[in-house]
Amino acid sequence: MIMGEKKKFKISNYLNYAIIIAFVIVMIIINSTVGLGYSDKSTLPRIAFSCILAVSLNLVVGFLGELSLGHAGFMCVGAYLGCYIANTIRAGGSMPELLTVIIAMIVGGFVAAIFGFIIGLPALRLKGDYLAIATLAFGEIVRCIFKNLKIFGGAMGMSTKLYNGNTLYILAFVVLLVVLFCCQNLINSKHGRAVIAIRDNEIAAKAMGINVTFYKLLIFIVAAFFAGMAGVLYGSTIGTIRQETFSYNYSIEILVMVVLGGMGSINGSMIAAAVITYLNIVLQQQLSGALAPVKNIVYALILIVIVIFSNAPAMKSFREKFNPKKLFRRKPKTPEVAEAIERKDEAKWDRIPTKIDMDEVLSADTRSNYADAPVPPGADVIPMERSKDEMYRPIESGKEEK
Amino acid sequence: MVVAIDGLSLGAIYALIALGYTMVYGIAKMLNFAHGDVIMVGAYMIYTMCTLTWTTGGLPIWAGALIAFVVAVVVCTVLGMTIEKVAYKPLRGASPLAALITAIGVSYLLQGLAQLIWGADQKTLAILDKLGNLHAGSYTIKWSSIITLVVGAIIMVCLTLFVKKTRTGRAMLAVSEDKGAAQMMGINVNKIVSVTFAIGSGLATFAALLYLPTTAISPTLGSMPGIKAFAAAVIGGIGSIPGAMVGGVLLGVIEVVCNSIEGVASYTTAIEFAVLIIILLVRPIGLLGKKRRVKV
Repeated sequence: MIMGEKKKFKISNYLNYAIIIAFVIVMIIINSTVGLGYSDKSTLPRIAFSCILAVSLNLVVGFLGELSLGHAGFMCVGAYLGCYIANTIRAGGSMPELLTVIIAMIVGGFVAAIFGFIIGLPALRLKGDYLAIATLAFGEIVRCIFKNLKIFGGAMGMSTKLYNGNTLYILAFVVLLVVLFCCQNLINSKHGRAVIAIRDNEIAAKAMGINVTFYKLLIFIVAAFFAGMAGVLYGSTIGTIRQETFSYNYSIEILVMVVLGGMGSINGSMIAAAVITYLNIVLQQQLSGALAPVKNIVYALILIVIVIFSNAPAMKSFREKFNPKKLFRRKPKTPEVAEAIERKDEAKWDRIPTKIDMDEVLSADTRSNYADAPVPPGADVIPMERSKDEMYRPIESGKEEK
Repeated sequence: MVVAIDGLSLGAIYALIALGYTMVYGIAKMLNFAHGDVIMVGAYMIYTMCTLTWTTGGLPIWAGALIAFVVAVVVCTVLGMTIEKVAYKPLRGASPLAALITAIGVSYLLQGLAQLIWGADQKTLAILDKLGNLHAGSYTIKWSSIITLVVGAIIMVCLTLFVKKTRTGRAMLAVSEDKGAAQMMGINVNKIVSVTFAIGSGLATFAALLYLPTTAISPTLGSMPGIKAFAAAVIGGIGSIPGAMVGGVLLGVIEVVCNSIEGVASYTTAIEFAVLIIILLVRPIGLLGKKRRVKV
């Protein structure tokens, strides 16, 4: 980038903030005129903290490329310690409730971040599946410890004060906005690009002078911090924190949100988190008794179908056909290219193409561009004698083997 | 003594489950998260068939149990192969994370289906418990523990022999070493993967039978032993068959020993997983895992 060049202001970068703010304003208006139902008031903060969890896990899974199955563990630490601090403050003095919750969130976030640092250390040594099981183990350890600590209520759970239902969702969405702002700016910064480089090729990133240790720990710490904050929000929504909630199943649920939303897509995570959380709550209310497991079955089937559809090598041609990005992309408009596409033009070679020529042709959208490609000076121009098939075959088969 | 036998028998169960994980990982390079739920299905099948044969069939207990067990093994084996064909095979060649998520989906699916078919309430079935206790001097040992230990040992010996001595077993080793090269040598990789899933699921049924005395049957029966066995497989070095046995026995002994100490018992799970993390930190490839060189 040229020094001093200003970043272009793009509306699309800020659209997600606008949508969230608009959504909250609409909710406030509805609440002040018609009045939101009790269930809506508890649904909204849930959506918000699910979004926070999904966005923060996406930092680890989508951007850093490390599989973490212990996100609920960070949330658990944050929820217990943050709410414990909040309870202590409430018992001690007359601090305004909003300030108490904010302090609790910061404390919960910091404690979770410390744990993020601790669990980030093995992440430096472990890869892929091994890290997944290590983080899963961490989550279960945390749960087991909180189950036995008497000051946190033990197996009965720790009771917390419910935040005022009329304003909790506003607070939750403001926190979401802050988290979103931090994540988006982190990812679009120099540091974010370094993290993505580590994901794409760790050895190459190291060779380019990127401090892999620092960035891996940074991402784990940041993600844990946000998860801890989400934990405190959870505590303010639910009233009683129980360690069963934070089992590895919950971590997996967050992971599912990230994967369905698209790894490495912050907006995708938020949409998936909102939809899944909402569906979960609605299905839980609608399907009760004997039909309750139907929820899990539907959920599982959707998950399997989506993953197979979007990842299976056999589905590749099908995916490309219905790629939404491609369907809406404008066709190349230069008249020659359009014409060439029209008559299904193919490269006309007046010499035997070299490997470099072939690579260019194969990577280009249309072959017509190269019909009259200039022959570099000094290149051997061999008149075309053999049939085209003969010339293409060995090179293309060489390509396929790669 | 009693603790040692109990620990070893629990370890044998974990080892059996861990074998399923580790074999599938070795061959298909994926974590089969649904493995624990195959155990659960096995347990339900044994339960259903036992109650059917005992009450409506009027068969003697041992005959009913035998039939139930055979049916459960067949069902689980077919289930394992079906899961592989439907859910995992299309994703071969895709990123390992995709396969992992699908496995999680299959796990949820099996749990949901089990809850739909058998209900969410817990069921108990005592087959091995009926055998009572063995009194040897001053010790009282459950027969079920001894049987578990013996059966577990026999299965592990058989499996080792199978992998080392038979054509299919050696083909499995070859596929886990290098899939492409194995294919070039004329090994039908798809068949081998199927066989691996079948064996893993069959072992899961054995584990289900042996696990029944210690637990009630519920749709989430498989998840905790599944996770612990998975941890055992990782401790031993995932992909390594003797590693899974060592890891399983180690974890089983730790669990029983911790459970027998007053005050530590409630932290058993934490201690087990802490051992896992420590071992991974000291030796990231597990106790008996093979080191793989990273190619640039």
